[in-house]
Amino acid sequence: MTRRVVAVVACLVLVAFGFAVLSIGTGDYALAPGEVLATLAGQGSKADYLIVTEQRLPRVLVAALVGVALALSGAVFQTLSRNPLGSPDIIGFTAGSATGGVATIIVFGAGTVTVALGAVVGGLLTALLVAALCGPRGLRSDRLVLIGVGVGTVLVGVNSYLLTRSTLEAASQAVTWQVGSLAGRDWGYVWPVAAVVCLLAPVLFGYARPLRMLEMGDETAIGIGVDVDRVRRVLFVLAVALTAVAVAAAGPIPFVALAAPQLVKRLTRQPGPNLLASAVMGALLVLAADYLGQRLLDASLLPVGVVTSALGGAYLAWFLLLGRRRPAALASR
Amino acid sequence: MAMVTTVSARETGRPARVLALAGVLAALAVVVVLSIALGSNQLSVGQVLHALFAYDGTYADVVVRDTRLPRTVLGIAAGMALGLAGALLQSVTRNPIADPGLLGINHGAAVMIVFASAVFGVTSPAVAVWFAFAGSLGATALVYAIGGGRGAASPMRLALAGIAVQATFVGLNQAMQVIDTHALDQMRFWLVGSLANRDLGTLTGLVPFFVAGVVMALLLGRALNAIALGDDAAHGLGANPALIRLASVVAVGLLAGSATAACGPIAFVGLMVPHLVRFVAGQDERWVLGLSVLAAPVVLLGCDVLGRLLASPAELQVGIVTDVIGGIVFVLLIRSLKAVSK
Repeated sequence: MTRRVVAVVACLVLVAFGFAVLSIGTGDYALAPGEVLATLAGQGSKADYLIVTEQRLPRVLVAALVGVALALSGAVFQTLSRNPLGSPDIIGFTAGSATGGVATIIVFGAGTVTVALGAVVGGLLTALLVAALCGPRGLRSDRLVLIGVGVGTVLVGVNSYLLTRSTLEAASQAVTWQVGSLAGRDWGYVWPVAAVVCLLAPVLFGYARPLRMLEMGDETAIGIGVDVDRVRRVLFVLAVALTAVAVAAAGPIPFVALAAPQLVKRLTRQPGPNLLASAVMGALLVLAADYLGQRLLDASLLPVGVVTSALGGAYLAWFLLLGRRRPAALASR
Repeated sequence: MAMVTTVSARETGRPARVLALAGVLAALAVVVVLSIALGSNQLSVGQVLHALFAYDGTYADVVVRDTRLPRTVLGIAAGMALGLAGALLQSVTRNPIADPGLLGINHGAAVMIVFASAVFGVTSPAVAVWFAFAGSLGATALVYAIGGGRGAASPMRLALAGIAVQATFVGLNQAMQVIDTHALDQMRFWLVGSLANRDLGTLTGLVPFFVAGVVMALLLGRALNAIALGDDAAHGLGANPALIRLASVVAVGLLAGSATAACGPIAFVGLMVPHLVRFVAGQDERWVLGLSVLAAPVVLLGCDVLGRLLASPAELQVGIVTDVIGGIVFVLLIRSLKAVSK
């Protein structure tokens, strides 16, 4: 890591922590940042302590973990597809995870573990379908983005159809979940996400070197001695699992997976996927969006997915305009 | 050339086109009868014909006159508008995947309608349609600006610009609904795209917009043929390419705005129909527009009927059905495009 990367990561961690503190202080019972820090250090009043640990802290933790998972999977898919737009939300995998999740909510009822399993299966099947539809070169195809968009649209429609086939209670639950929301996330949500992220992220970091080699092209990677086919398969499964876990915990929050790795690339000015910085950036984006959603409008709480959707669309537009001035930014092989 | 990448540029003879016209008219008649007959109350063809031509107030007659007929008329009009808007967009942008839904133009209209309702309390479609018109024009300009503007922008860029614009609009829409929960309740079904339970009486204010859009679109056929030859050749033929593009964009705004104000943002109809039509009509824009205006209602009403059958006794909004079918067609189309390599 260069000195610049270290500085960027440190700054991102600080800003993310700042948003986390602000977010913990936000709500019907407001706390000043100083009070939040004191409470977290174990020196606040008992009432403050209860509110912070039982209600606000788990939500913030889920936000950070989901951000980490989405950003990592975005970084992996953008490298595997060798396309800056090949992130799971654009190419329909997030929608596929949501289909799996909605289907399990309707068939088996909601439970964090069953929904997560459904989301994993849905995401994997969608990924395989999209790769098959793209043709012989699979996910490295230029058609990936457009085909993914089409498949994603179909799946969103399928999700709506599933909702009409369900009971009112299951449907309203699934509808809130489908927008991408962190409201009411307690410790029961934190542990499964934390377990999966803590398990998969280190494995992924272990593959950081082969991943950087893949970024330079398959031929180069093979030349250096990377078992390209095996590495691709492992990374593929890891990234789908991370997406699915994030989707299971907070619903399909759009654009974080797309934006985080690209923003990091601009900040660090380093080629190739920068996993650690991307992960922190993802956490920062979800925390910031959730904070904005709670703060932007008085007394009305915007789901985090709505905020990232509006901001992410603007980001993508900016990205395209940038690519128009410098066509190389959009060129894919 | 405009669509050479998707359909072989064979010249299609007049008999084939006339045959296609007859086929489309027959299909339209069949779909109209199905749309009137099928639903939570199944009616026989005899009952449908009785209600249409020998109305005497039986229960079936009332069902037809009060719910099925208005819904079918709305479907025909909205289909015409969406099909024409798609054909115009594909021709002007020279892009085979242009569609008012996919490019976020319908959602631009929807954002302005929700905005008008949440901020100014506008509920009458006759007033809301002005906002819809402004929204669809604004969205068209935005997508054009981001996605590469005139000439043959790559399908990829244009689609991505559409996704970006649409995502932003959808987010704004949802945000406004959270602010104004009353609007949420009224808008929820409309925002998916639905033909059900729309009171035709309140929609009369949309008719001038719709008629102006249809007439403009159909008159533009010859001019679009001219600019398909390239701007220089068009100038030589006495046409003004800038004016033709401007007129087309205004017509798209009128059509997409009125269709969205009437039944919400519906995607992919404008994408599918012109492609189907080009298979038989070739590249002559006059025929493409003329056949699209008749074939699009067949597709939209067909999807609506399918939605009623699939989810019966409830129903699936037509916007969901067009998303699923249109998405599949879109994927197949991308796979056949030579411009997007494998």
